[in-house]
Amino acid sequence: MSTVKSSSTGHHHAHHYESADHEYQSSKQGVWLFLCTEILMFGGLFVGYAIFHHLFPETFKVGSKFTDVRYGATNTVVLLASSLSMALGIYYNQIRDKNKAVMALLFTLLCGVIFMVIKYLEYSHKIHLGLMPGDWYRGNAEELAQYVGGLEIPKNLPLYFSFYFMMTGLHGIHVLVGMGLITWVTIRTARGEFGPEYYTPVEGVGLFWHLVDLVWIYLFPLLYLVS
Amino acid sequence: MAHGTHEHHIIPLKTYWTVFAALIFLTVVTVAAAQIDFGALNALVAFGIASVKASLVLGIFMHLKYDNMMNRVIIGSGVFFLLLFWFFSIIDIVTRIPQNSTL
Repeated sequence: MSTVKSSSTGHHHAHHYESADHEYQSSKQGVWLFLCTEILMFGGLFVGYAIFHHLFPETFKVGSKFTDVRYGATNTVVLLASSLSMALGIYYNQIRDKNKAVMALLFTLLCGVIFMVIKYLEYSHKIHLGLMPGDWYRGNAEELAQYVGGLEIPKNLPLYFSFYFMMTGLHGIHVLVGMGLITWVTIRTARGEFGPEYYTPVEGVGLFWHLVDLVWIYLFPLLYLVS
Repeated sequence: MAHGTHEHHIIPLKTYWTVFAALIFLTVVTVAAAQIDFGALNALVAFGIASVKASLVLGIFMHLKYDNMMNRVIIGSGVFFLLLFWFFSIIDIVTRIPQNSTL
């Protein structure tokens, strides 16, 4: 196969790379290194959750009564669908089908919006009940009793909501950042800047978006299905 | 890692859709399994299913199955050190003796 120096997308690899593929592989490796740090950042919260769940199982059991598994499951499906369409956004760039690539990426963006709207509904319900983390907790034990089916409201219930808001909040920020990045690659795809020879930014943003989905895959059983 | 110019591996559409169907199915299994009490194994079952889902996303959606070894080592080391962190934290916390214990 002959070496293609320029491509129809007009992208030339930077001079410090040997070839376009060298640039592609290096860029992708950088994204994977970043994802590794992301796993370690979320990991701290997961280990903290494991420790406190072991120390105060009742607190977490009562806390999870205030999450609605229907919202959580819907958001899981929404994120999985967005992961599929993100992968398809890359696929259609790989086979030079610009219109379908843009459609797939726009669908991914729409899923991000749906996810955040459901998150907003969940957050407002909890804030309304005063179920805030730490010092901001304003829960009224009598008012909360109807939600927990005879269970006693533990004194350290704010602990659960510290974890809930910290974990879903950090995840939600990642969704928002991901939506911004997807908007960027959607515009560039629509401008015809990508094709089979060069789609590195779409691949990188895709990896990030899939990681956001990966974190949610673990958060869903952890926060909504604690028995 | 080859630096030559070569075609990127393109995963067929059908594979993407099959993986998506499997992920939705496993989400249903997660919710269903949560209704059953496996006792001490509850967390293990939930995390086991989640890990199968995670492997599918990593392998196919994130192309790791067809990627070079280095990227697998990078993400594997992240997971390994997280498990190490978790393991030593857990054996610390579960082997503590309460201060009011008569032991």
